[in-house]
Amino acid sequence: METLITLLVGVLVAVGVYLLLSKEMLRIILGTAILSHAIHLLLLTMGGLKKGDVPLLTETAAEYTDALPQALILTAIVISFAVTAFLLVLSYRVYQESGRGLGLRGQQDE
Amino acid sequence: MNNLLVLPMLLPILMGVILVFFRPYIRLQRVLSALTMLASAGASAYCLQHIHLHGIMRLDFGDWLPPHGILFVGDSFAMLLVTAACAVSAIILLYAFASTGIETEAMFFYPFFLFLVAGVNGSFLTGDLFNLFVCFEVMLLASYVLLVLGGRKTQLKEGITYVLINVLASWFFLLGIAYLYGAIGTLNMAHIAVRVAETGQGPLLTLIAVIFLIVFSLKAGLLLYFWLPGSYSAPPAAVAALFGALLTKVGIYALYRMFTLIFTHDPLLYKAVGVLAVITMTAGCLGAIAYSDIRQIVSYNVIISVGFVLTGLAIATNTAFQGASYYLIHDMASKALLFLLAGTVVYLTGRTNFHEISGLIRNYPLVGWLFFLTMLAIAGIPPLSGFIGKVYIGLGAIETGSYILLAVAFLSSIGVLYSLLRIFLNSFWGETIISEDDQQPFQKALGLPLVLLAVLVVGLGIGAELLSPYIQDAADTLADPEQYIRAVMGDDVE
Repeated sequence: METLITLLVGVLVAVGVYLLLSKEMLRIILGTAILSHAIHLLLLTMGGLKKGDVPLLTETAAEYTDALPQALILTAIVISFAVTAFLLVLSYRVYQESGRGLGLRGQQDE
Repeated sequence: MNNLLVLPMLLPILMGVILVFFRPYIRLQRVLSALTMLASAGASAYCLQHIHLHGIMRLDFGDWLPPHGILFVGDSFAMLLVTAACAVSAIILLYAFASTGIETEAMFFYPFFLFLVAGVNGSFLTGDLFNLFVCFEVMLLASYVLLVLGGRKTQLKEGITYVLINVLASWFFLLGIAYLYGAIGTLNMAHIAVRVAETGQGPLLTLIAVIFLIVFSLKAGLLLYFWLPGSYSAPPAAVAALFGALLTKVGIYALYRMFTLIFTHDPLLYKAVGVLAVITMTAGCLGAIAYSDIRQIVSYNVIISVGFVLTGLAIATNTAFQGASYYLIHDMASKALLFLLAGTVVYLTGRTNFHEISGLIRNYPLVGWLFFLTMLAIAGIPPLSGFIGKVYIGLGAIETGSYILLAVAFLSSIGVLYSLLRIFLNSFWGETIISEDDQQPFQKALGLPLVLLAVLVVGLGIGAELLSPYIQDAADTLADPEQYIRAVMGDDVE
């Protein structure tokens, strides 16, 4: 299971990096979003998957799930949504201000 | 009494949230935010004294004992930085009252100012790696907003770069946390330190350490500073001063915390930090000398000082840590002053290139002499505040025989002096180009925070004796991580 998810993370990172390297602002933002989700998955995987029971209830439980990574990615997802929302609004403002579809790189770079 | 520890973060956050509801009442917002900053500065100064007398403070949220719960740990190093950050940002706030336009103020300027300070203080105080990430994000989101508030074209353009760079850095941070959790199984910094010491710092942990090195270098502007000059020169003076004084310091603090507490077992990492610091100082000097835009020069000066403080980490002796603590506090005050002065010059003349400005000292003697004072302080002329930090870092370098670091660090001071002297000679000396009639009135409200900061800069130098017990504490905790670990984990360290 861990191997599978790790592969998935790899694919997501590849997609994210590909999108980040493009010129369209919107694609770059989507790239950051996908990259962030890849890393959330990694965070979850690192805690170990499928331990097979509820989070720790008593001290002597034989099987339990580590609740910490889930708490961590919950926080991280909220933050990533906030940042993505901010980026979208910011890029919209930049679009309004510059009056054209904004690539991050202007004419002079090409 | 340990509950006091949360105040430097809690007060600004709470007040920030409350102020959101008082959007039209600018005066009320000003008064309340100033009071909040004063109160947090007072609380943190009290905590500093408490730590000096009774040892490291710890606050376990919800009484969950470490390593299970999340917690705030206040040692002298963190608390000194919190106190300095609160004091400096309180003075910057005074400048913001006078210089920020009503429109910006009504767009939630003060709440975001407070959120930024809260994020900075939280990052200094937290004893938990994931909360460090969260506090970083609080700080960064506030800084994104402050950077683009006003919506001028350069602000938006630099804003996009700044946000994207930091988003990427944040995900790398999370990547490091994920790997560390996978490898070590805990996120409490003291607990990680214990486990790393137990298992030994193998290649895997060193790799994780390098990820953290990259992340924090990006935040601190160590080598990876390409985003910094642009984004620090775009926003209005008060915001730029806040950035210059606080933001890079958080990255530096995180580097110090990571590499004095957790990843202490691999000398190669310290060498790497040393090399990065040397390159940073050299490149920072080149940048500072290359430009003729005042704001760019000032921003490059931030980079030089980042390199300088991190030579202290590369040397890693008690003396060097003392020097670094002194220098960090000095740097907060003097960089804030420098940014405010640069902003004032730009505001008064409407120009940013120093070739187009001349003879300002005749029209605005106060600004001119304060600039001269700041220049001396940053270059490290006694008895001003930069001197002692430089001496101690130099002593540390001689102790360990790192003469290259020593040479580059002190040569960078000359770079600083030269770059600022160019501004001083070109724009303050010479024939004045502003006639009596065209002269912009210099408001007293702008002068007051400048003078206060100057008093702080001089006071930190002359009052070094007063400060030294706290600095000594801070350096002791940094040099001997056992103290920190024992304070967090209790005496029965596994």
